[in-house]
Amino acid sequence: MNSIAQWFPMGWEPFLFGGIFIGLGVSVLFWLTGLIGGISTAYTAVWSLVSRHPFFQHEKFVSTRNWRMMYGLGLILGAIVFTFTLGHGEGFVTHVPLWQLLVGGIVGGFGARMGGGCTSGHGICGVGSGQLPSILAVIIFLCTAIITAHVVHALGGF
Amino acid sequence: MQRVPPLAVMLSALFAGGLFGFGLAYSTMVKPESILQFLMLKNMGLLLVMGGAAGVTFVAYHLLPRLMKRPVFGVAFGKHPSHLDARTLIGAAIFGVGWGLSGVCPGPAIAGLGVGNWPLLLSVVGILIGAWLHGRFFGKN
Repeated sequence: MNSIAQWFPMGWEPFLFGGIFIGLGVSVLFWLTGLIGGISTAYTAVWSLVSRHPFFQHEKFVSTRNWRMMYGLGLILGAIVFTFTLGHGEGFVTHVPLWQLLVGGIVGGFGARMGGGCTSGHGICGVGSGQLPSILAVIIFLCTAIITAHVVHALGGF
Repeated sequence: MQRVPPLAVMLSALFAGGLFGFGLAYSTMVKPESILQFLMLKNMGLLLVMGGAAGVTFVAYHLLPRLMKRPVFGVAFGKHPSHLDARTLIGAAIFGVGWGLSGVCPGPAIAGLGVGNWPLLLSVVGILIGAWLHGRFFGKN
Protein backbone atom coordinates (compact mmCIF):
# COMPACT_ATOMS: atom_id res chain seq x y z
CA MET A 1 0.00 0.00 0.00
CA ASN A 2 2.90 2.33 0.74
CA SER A 3 4.11 2.14 -2.81
CA ILE A 4 0.64 2.99 -4.16
CA ALA A 5 0.49 6.07 -1.93
CA GLN A 6 3.98 7.02 -3.03
CA TRP A 7 3.11 7.03 -6.73
CA PHE A 8 -0.42 8.37 -6.27
CA PRO A 9 -0.27 10.93 -3.46
CA MET A 10 -3.68 12.32 -4.50
CA GLY A 11 -5.26 8.85 -4.76
CA TRP A 12 -5.83 6.88 -7.95
CA GLU A 13 -9.63 6.98 -8.24
CA PRO A 14 -10.19 10.43 -9.81
CA PHE A 15 -7.55 9.71 -12.43
CA LEU A 16 -8.90 6.32 -13.47
CA PHE A 17 -12.59 7.27 -13.29
CA GLY A 18 -11.92 10.60 -15.05
CA GLY A 19 -10.00 8.76 -17.75
CA ILE A 20 -12.92 6.37 -18.23
CA PHE A 21 -15.30 9.33 -18.73
CA ILE A 22 -12.89 10.80 -21.31
CA GLY A 23 -12.84 7.45 -23.12
CA LEU A 24 -16.63 7.31 -22.96
CA GLY A 25 -16.84 10.73 -24.60
CA VAL A 26 -14.61 9.64 -27.49
CA SER A 27 -16.51 6.34 -27.74
CA VAL A 28 -19.98 7.91 -27.73
CA LEU A 29 -18.91 10.28 -30.51
CA PHE A 30 -17.69 7.28 -32.51
CA TRP A 31 -20.83 5.21 -31.78
CA LEU A 32 -23.25 7.98 -32.73
CA THR A 33 -21.41 9.63 -35.63
CA GLY A 34 -18.35 7.53 -36.58
CA LEU A 35 -16.18 10.64 -36.01
CA ILE A 36 -12.74 10.51 -34.40
CA GLY A 37 -12.63 13.00 -31.55
CA GLY A 38 -9.15 14.48 -31.22
CA ILE A 39 -9.14 18.08 -30.01
CA SER A 40 -6.18 19.89 -31.56
CA THR A 41 -7.68 19.87 -35.09
CA ALA A 42 -10.46 22.11 -33.75
CA TYR A 43 -7.97 24.96 -33.29
CA THR A 44 -6.97 24.83 -36.97
CA ALA A 45 -10.59 24.35 -38.05
CA VAL A 46 -11.61 27.57 -36.23
CA TRP A 47 -9.16 29.51 -38.45
CA SER A 48 -11.16 28.42 -41.50
CA LEU A 49 -13.77 30.95 -40.35
CA VAL A 50 -11.32 33.87 -40.54
CA SER A 51 -8.36 33.08 -42.76
CA ARG A 52 -8.65 32.90 -46.55
CA HIS A 53 -5.28 31.14 -46.74
CA PRO A 54 -5.79 27.94 -48.80
CA PHE A 55 -4.48 25.64 -46.05
CA PHE A 56 -7.22 26.72 -43.65
CA GLN A 57 -9.86 26.49 -46.38
CA HIS A 58 -9.14 22.79 -46.89
CA GLU A 59 -12.30 20.70 -46.92
CA LYS A 60 -11.19 18.69 -43.87
CA PHE A 61 -11.35 21.86 -41.74
CA VAL A 62 -14.32 23.62 -43.34
CA SER A 63 -16.57 20.55 -43.30
CA THR A 64 -15.72 19.55 -39.71
CA ARG A 65 -15.52 22.93 -37.97
CA ASN A 66 -19.16 22.94 -36.82
CA TRP A 67 -19.14 19.63 -34.99
CA ARG A 68 -15.63 20.35 -33.66
CA MET A 69 -16.82 23.64 -32.14
CA MET A 70 -19.84 21.87 -30.61
CA TYR A 71 -17.45 19.26 -29.18
CA GLY A 72 -15.38 22.10 -27.67
CA LEU A 73 -18.50 23.73 -26.23
CA GLY A 74 -19.33 20.31 -24.75
CA LEU A 75 -15.92 20.25 -23.03
CA ILE A 76 -16.75 23.48 -21.19
CA LEU A 77 -20.29 22.38 -20.31
CA GLY A 78 -19.07 18.98 -19.06
CA ALA A 79 -16.51 20.68 -16.81
CA ILE A 80 -19.24 23.02 -15.48
CA VAL A 81 -21.47 20.01 -14.72
CA PHE A 82 -18.57 18.36 -12.87
CA THR A 83 -17.92 21.51 -10.86
CA PHE A 84 -21.50 21.67 -9.59
CA THR A 85 -21.89 17.93 -8.94
CA LEU A 86 -18.86 15.91 -7.83
CA GLY A 87 -16.78 19.10 -7.61
CA HIS A 88 -18.96 20.56 -4.80
CA GLY A 89 -19.12 23.93 -6.55
CA GLU A 90 -15.40 24.54 -6.11
CA GLY A 91 -13.54 25.86 -9.14
CA PHE A 92 -9.79 26.03 -9.60
CA VAL A 93 -7.42 28.76 -10.75
CA THR A 94 -3.85 27.86 -11.68
CA HIS A 95 -0.72 29.49 -10.28
CA VAL A 96 1.42 28.65 -13.30
CA PRO A 97 2.89 31.98 -14.53
CA LEU A 98 0.85 33.54 -17.32
CA TRP A 99 3.76 33.77 -19.76
CA GLN A 100 4.31 30.01 -19.42
CA LEU A 101 0.65 29.36 -20.23
CA LEU A 102 0.84 31.56 -23.33
CA VAL A 103 4.26 30.50 -24.66
CA GLY A 104 3.59 26.84 -23.81
CA GLY A 105 0.34 27.15 -25.73
CA ILE A 106 2.02 28.61 -28.82
CA VAL A 107 4.80 26.00 -28.88
CA GLY A 108 2.47 23.12 -27.95
CA GLY A 109 -0.22 24.20 -30.42
CA PHE A 110 2.32 24.44 -33.24
CA GLY A 111 3.80 21.03 -32.40
CA ALA A 112 0.43 19.32 -32.01
CA ARG A 113 -0.65 20.51 -35.44
CA MET A 114 2.63 19.64 -37.10
CA GLY A 115 2.59 16.22 -35.42
CA GLY A 116 -1.04 15.58 -36.36
CA GLY A 117 -2.34 15.19 -32.82
CA CYS A 118 -1.96 15.85 -29.11
CA THR A 119 -2.74 13.93 -25.95
CA SER A 120 -6.26 13.24 -27.25
CA GLY A 121 -5.65 12.67 -30.99
CA HIS A 122 -2.55 10.50 -30.60
CA GLY A 123 -2.76 9.60 -26.90
CA ILE A 124 -6.36 8.41 -26.85
CA CYS A 125 -7.73 8.02 -30.40
CA GLY A 126 -4.47 6.90 -32.03
CA VAL A 127 -3.36 4.60 -29.21
CA GLY A 128 -6.96 3.36 -28.88
CA SER A 129 -6.92 2.29 -32.50
CA GLY A 130 -3.50 0.68 -32.07
CA GLN A 131 -1.61 2.91 -34.52
CA LEU A 132 2.17 2.66 -34.29
CA PRO A 133 2.88 6.30 -35.32
CA SER A 134 0.59 7.50 -32.53
CA ILE A 135 2.24 5.23 -29.96
CA LEU A 136 5.65 6.60 -31.01
CA ALA A 137 4.32 10.16 -30.88
CA VAL A 138 3.09 9.61 -27.30
CA ILE A 139 6.44 8.20 -26.18
CA ILE A 140 8.28 11.15 -27.79
CA PHE A 141 6.06 13.89 -26.34
CA LEU A 142 6.09 12.32 -22.88
CA CYS A 143 9.91 12.34 -23.00
CA THR A 144 10.32 15.92 -24.23
CA ALA A 145 7.65 17.14 -21.77
CA ILE A 146 9.34 15.44 -18.80
CA ILE A 147 12.72 16.89 -19.82
CA THR A 148 11.24 20.38 -20.34
CA ALA A 149 9.44 20.34 -16.97
CA HIS A 150 12.65 19.35 -15.19
CA VAL A 151 14.70 22.03 -16.97
CA VAL A 152 12.12 24.75 -16.25
CA HIS A 153 11.92 23.61 -12.62
CA ALA A 154 15.72 23.64 -12.28
CA LEU A 155 15.77 27.19 -13.66
CA GLY A 156 13.28 28.26 -11.01
CA GLY A 157 10.05 28.08 -13.01
CA PHE A 158 6.57 27.19 -11.72
CA MET B 1 -26.21 6.95 -49.69
CA GLN B 2 -27.95 7.48 -46.37
CA ARG B 3 -28.36 11.13 -45.42
CA VAL B 4 -26.73 12.23 -42.18
CA PRO B 5 -28.98 14.47 -40.04
CA PRO B 6 -26.77 17.51 -39.23
CA LEU B 7 -28.60 18.48 -36.04
CA ALA B 8 -28.18 14.95 -34.64
CA VAL B 9 -24.43 15.10 -35.36
CA MET B 10 -24.16 18.50 -33.64
CA LEU B 11 -26.02 17.27 -30.55
CA SER B 12 -23.95 14.06 -30.50
CA ALA B 13 -20.74 16.11 -30.57
CA LEU B 14 -22.05 18.34 -27.78
CA PHE B 15 -22.99 15.35 -25.59
CA ALA B 16 -19.76 13.46 -26.30
CA GLY B 17 -17.76 16.63 -25.59
CA GLY B 18 -19.69 16.94 -22.33
CA LEU B 19 -18.59 13.48 -21.18
CA PHE B 20 -15.02 14.30 -22.26
CA GLY B 21 -15.03 17.61 -20.37
CA PHE B 22 -16.57 16.00 -17.28
CA GLY B 23 -13.74 13.45 -17.39
CA LEU B 24 -11.06 16.12 -17.84
CA ALA B 25 -12.35 17.96 -14.76
CA TYR B 26 -12.83 14.73 -12.76
CA SER B 27 -9.29 13.56 -13.56
CA THR B 28 -7.84 16.95 -12.45
CA MET B 29 -6.31 17.44 -15.93
CA VAL B 30 -7.81 20.97 -15.94
CA LYS B 31 -5.19 21.81 -13.29
CA PRO B 32 -1.80 22.41 -14.95
CA GLU B 33 -0.28 21.75 -11.50
CA SER B 34 -1.52 18.17 -11.71
CA ILE B 35 0.13 17.56 -15.08
CA LEU B 36 3.38 19.26 -14.01
CA GLN B 37 3.45 17.01 -10.91
CA PHE B 38 3.29 14.03 -13.23
CA LEU B 39 6.01 15.43 -15.50
CA MET B 40 8.20 15.92 -12.41
CA LEU B 41 7.54 12.19 -11.79
CA LYS B 42 5.86 12.83 -8.44
CA ASN B 43 2.37 11.57 -9.33
CA MET B 44 1.62 8.85 -11.84
CA GLY B 45 -2.09 9.73 -12.08
CA LEU B 46 -1.84 10.92 -15.69
CA LEU B 47 -0.88 7.42 -16.80
CA LEU B 48 -4.18 6.15 -15.35
CA VAL B 49 -6.07 8.92 -17.16
CA MET B 50 -4.52 8.09 -20.51
CA GLY B 51 -4.67 4.35 -19.90
CA GLY B 52 -8.33 4.46 -18.79
CA ALA B 53 -9.33 6.68 -21.70
CA ALA B 54 -7.36 4.74 -24.34
CA GLY B 55 -8.61 1.43 -22.90
CA VAL B 56 -12.30 2.38 -23.20
CA THR B 57 -11.65 3.85 -26.65
CA PHE B 58 -9.79 0.71 -27.75
CA VAL B 59 -12.81 -1.43 -26.92
CA ALA B 60 -15.22 0.96 -28.69
CA TYR B 61 -13.05 1.38 -31.80
CA HIS B 62 -12.67 -2.38 -32.20
CA LEU B 63 -16.10 -3.60 -31.16
CA LEU B 64 -18.53 -1.05 -32.63
CA PRO B 65 -17.61 -1.53 -36.32
CA ARG B 66 -18.16 -5.27 -35.81
CA LEU B 67 -21.50 -4.87 -34.07
CA MET B 68 -22.99 -2.18 -36.33
CA LYS B 69 -22.94 -1.58 -40.08
CA ARG B 70 -22.65 2.16 -39.56
CA PRO B 71 -22.80 4.73 -36.77
CA VAL B 72 -26.24 5.78 -35.50
CA PHE B 73 -26.12 9.19 -37.26
CA GLY B 74 -23.34 8.63 -39.80
CA VAL B 75 -22.48 6.77 -42.97
CA ALA B 76 -19.24 5.10 -41.90
CA PHE B 77 -16.86 4.63 -38.99
CA GLY B 78 -13.74 6.81 -39.34
CA LYS B 79 -10.10 6.09 -38.62
CA HIS B 80 -7.54 8.27 -36.87
CA PRO B 81 -5.17 9.44 -39.59
CA SER B 82 -1.64 9.03 -38.31
CA HIS B 83 1.50 8.84 -40.41
CA LEU B 84 4.94 7.52 -39.63
CA ASP B 85 7.05 10.41 -40.93
CA ALA B 86 9.38 13.16 -39.77
CA ARG B 87 6.53 15.67 -39.31
CA THR B 88 4.71 13.42 -36.85
CA LEU B 89 7.81 12.72 -34.79
CA ILE B 90 9.25 16.27 -34.81
CA GLY B 91 5.78 17.74 -34.19
CA ALA B 92 5.29 15.40 -31.23
CA ALA B 93 8.66 16.44 -29.79
CA ILE B 94 7.77 20.15 -30.13
CA PHE B 95 4.32 19.54 -28.62
CA GLY B 96 6.00 17.93 -25.60
CA VAL B 97 8.19 21.01 -25.04
CA GLY B 98 5.14 23.29 -24.99
CA TRP B 99 3.20 20.88 -22.80
CA GLY B 100 6.11 20.62 -20.36
CA LEU B 101 6.39 24.41 -20.16
CA SER B 102 2.71 25.07 -19.41
CA GLY B 103 1.19 21.80 -18.17
CA VAL B 104 -1.72 22.47 -20.54
CA CYS B 105 -2.81 20.46 -23.58
CA PRO B 106 -5.48 21.48 -26.10
CA GLY B 107 -8.45 19.69 -24.49
CA PRO B 108 -7.89 20.79 -20.88
CA ALA B 109 -7.23 24.35 -22.10
CA ILE B 110 -10.87 24.53 -23.19
CA ALA B 111 -12.39 22.37 -20.43
CA GLY B 112 -10.49 24.34 -17.78
CA LEU B 113 -12.65 27.37 -18.55
CA GLY B 114 -15.60 25.32 -17.23
CA VAL B 115 -14.04 25.03 -13.77
CA GLY B 116 -13.31 28.77 -13.73
CA ASN B 117 -9.62 28.38 -14.52
CA TRP B 118 -9.58 31.64 -16.49
CA PRO B 119 -5.78 31.93 -17.00
CA LEU B 120 -6.13 28.98 -19.39
CA LEU B 121 -7.69 31.45 -21.84
CA LEU B 122 -4.07 32.46 -22.49
CA SER B 123 -3.29 28.85 -23.39
CA VAL B 124 -6.28 28.74 -25.74
CA VAL B 125 -5.03 31.93 -27.43
CA GLY B 126 -1.50 30.49 -27.54
CA ILE B 127 -2.65 27.21 -29.13
CA LEU B 128 -4.68 29.18 -31.69
CA ILE B 129 -1.54 31.21 -32.55
CA GLY B 130 0.51 28.00 -32.77
CA ALA B 131 -2.08 26.36 -35.04
CA TRP B 132 -2.06 29.46 -37.27
CA LEU B 133 1.75 29.56 -37.47
CA HIS B 134 1.76 25.89 -38.43
CA GLY B 135 -0.95 26.26 -41.08
CA ARG B 136 0.40 29.51 -42.53
CA PHE B 137 4.06 28.58 -42.78
CA PHE B 138 4.27 24.78 -42.64
CA GLY B 139 0.87 23.57 -43.79
CA LYS B 140 0.63 21.40 -46.86
CA ASN B 141 -2.62 20.64 -48.57
